[in-house]
Amino acid sequence: MKPAPFDYFAPTSLEEALEKLTDLGYSGKVLAGGQSLIPAMNFRMARPAALVDLNKVTELSYIKPTQDGGLAIGTMTRDSAIEDSEVVKRLFPIIAEVMPNIAHKQIRNRGTFGGAVAHADPAAQIPALSLLLDAKMKIQSKKGDRWVDAQDFFMGPFMTVLEPEDLLTEVLLPGLVPGTGTSYKQISRQRGGYAQAAAISKVVMDGIKVKDVRVVLFSVAETPVLTKEPVRVLVGQVPTTEAIEAVAEYVAQNECDPGTDIHGTAEYRRNLVRVLVRRSLTEAVERARK
Amino acid sequence: MADKMKVKITVNGTLYEREVEPRLLLSDFIRHDLGLTGTHVGCEHGLCGACTVLMNGEAVRSCILFTVMADGADIKTVESLGTMEKMHPIQEAFQEKHALQCGFCTPGFLMTTVEYLGKNPNPTAEEAREAIDGNFCRCTGYENIVEAVQLAAKKMAAHEQ
Ligand SMILES: Cc1cc2nc3c(=O)[nH]c(=O)nc-3n(C[C@H](O)[C@H](O)[C@H](O)COP(=O)(O)OP(=O)(O)OC[C@H]3O[C@@H](n4cnc5c(N)ncnc54)[C@H](O)[C@@H]3O)c2cc1C
Ligand code: FES
Ligand code: FES
Repeated sequence: MKPAPFDYFAPTSLEEALEKLTDLGYSGKVLAGGQSLIPAMNFRMARPAALVDLNKVTELSYIKPTQDGGLAIGTMTRDSAIEDSEVVKRLFPIIAEVMPNIAHKQIRNRGTFGGAVAHADPAAQIPALSLLLDAKMKIQSKKGDRWVDAQDFFMGPFMTVLEPEDLLTEVLLPGLVPGTGTSYKQISRQRGGYAQAAAISKVVMDGIKVKDVRVVLFSVAETPVLTKEPVRVLVGQVPTTEAIEAVAEYVAQNECDPGTDIHGTAEYRRNLVRVLVRRSLTEAVERARK
Repeated sequence: MADKMKVKITVNGTLYEREVEPRLLLSDFIRHDLGLTGTHVGCEHGLCGACTVLMNGEAVRSCILFTVMADGADIKTVESLGTMEKMHPIQEAFQEKHALQCGFCTPGFLMTTVEYLGKNPNPTAEEAREAIDGNFCRCTGYENIVEAVQLAAKKMAAHEQ
């Protein structure tokens, strides 16, 4: 359980980091919190020839409120800093609700928000949150800057649009419409364990009818899934118990593709999806009504 | 072979200046280079929490950090807590509540508890359980450990008065 040798660079500015990544090309890899990369290197599943450590690039660690009531989060912001942030709690209670479910305190003290996005683990919470909240990813390289929507960012399991010389530098979250209700539901074997299935919902009401709705699933497909049925069926309608149940059933049968592993069968996970979508949608509607 | 790098790391109050390979895990630096074998290594991939130490006051898993990432940091290991003659209140609480049998997991639980009680001095049983959710104990079971965390909180409050 020891990593293979590698060259190590610890730039102290963004400029220097981008330079290094361009120089190294395919042999370079970004090291953020290391909480996914180092275990993979210990197993020698990952054997990067060179690491560019961002831990000394302090300018990439921030939580800044934006004009529209949203947040700009620097890629190196630690999970625990987000969990403890008052402004996050106020503007995005759903993020505060989700964070304690990610791994354990010791891991959240080192793991980073941007690292989780870039890692694109299909079982990870933060990529799913970024999809739910319509995040914009700021990608920088020596060639220039670009912005990519969360919807276009995740290509497959552990695969994103990031090229070897690219750095994800910021995750921009547009502000929520006042009165938005959100809710998170997951099932895992134990606290801090990876979710076997999870659903996050976001609802805006107009009187007794649904004005806008978004439901994201994860851990049940190759990437987080932005479901379509809730929007198709619930917008403009009264979200009755029966309507929500029907949506949950449809989503579980048609909008995910869970696999079978030692923790559960595909069929079991589909059933979890049905139950979790129902619970999170119901709670999000209740919260939106308040 | 990658070049060795110079690091300056303070461990339990002593500043160490060493040359290390970039791939050297912090857990191995602590155990092999410094000979501080109180920090245990169970899984070496971030799962069990046996290797937990404090880095600038925060609990971290030393098996999934490279030593070079701790350059300039202040590290505290279980050796910083107490002595055989005068144990730390958290250690006393673990002893009194029989919160260990083999003791392999204990250094990790202790260091996790140090950070936690520093921020949450009076946890309920449920909160104490959540606080230790990142540490595995394979032989004692968690009931006594939860009680020990709560007793430790009481002892520390008494110490402060
Ligand atoms: C025991 C254990 C349990 C865990 N449980 C969970 C869980 O339940 N849910 C969950 O979501 N996660 C879990 N994790 C993973 C953890 O949350 C990681 O911290 C996170 O997924 C990756 O963040 P990091 O900053 O540590 O990234 P790193 O490990 O440093 O990097 C991960 C990958 O992203 C790339 N990368 C990182 N930052 C950038 C960037 N800015 N630009 C371009 N590429 C970049 C790296 O090159 C690497 O390929 C767990 C980890 C462990 C060890
Ligand atoms: S040895 Fe570090 S977490 Fe198990
Ligand atoms: S006391 Fe033996 S594993 Fe915890």
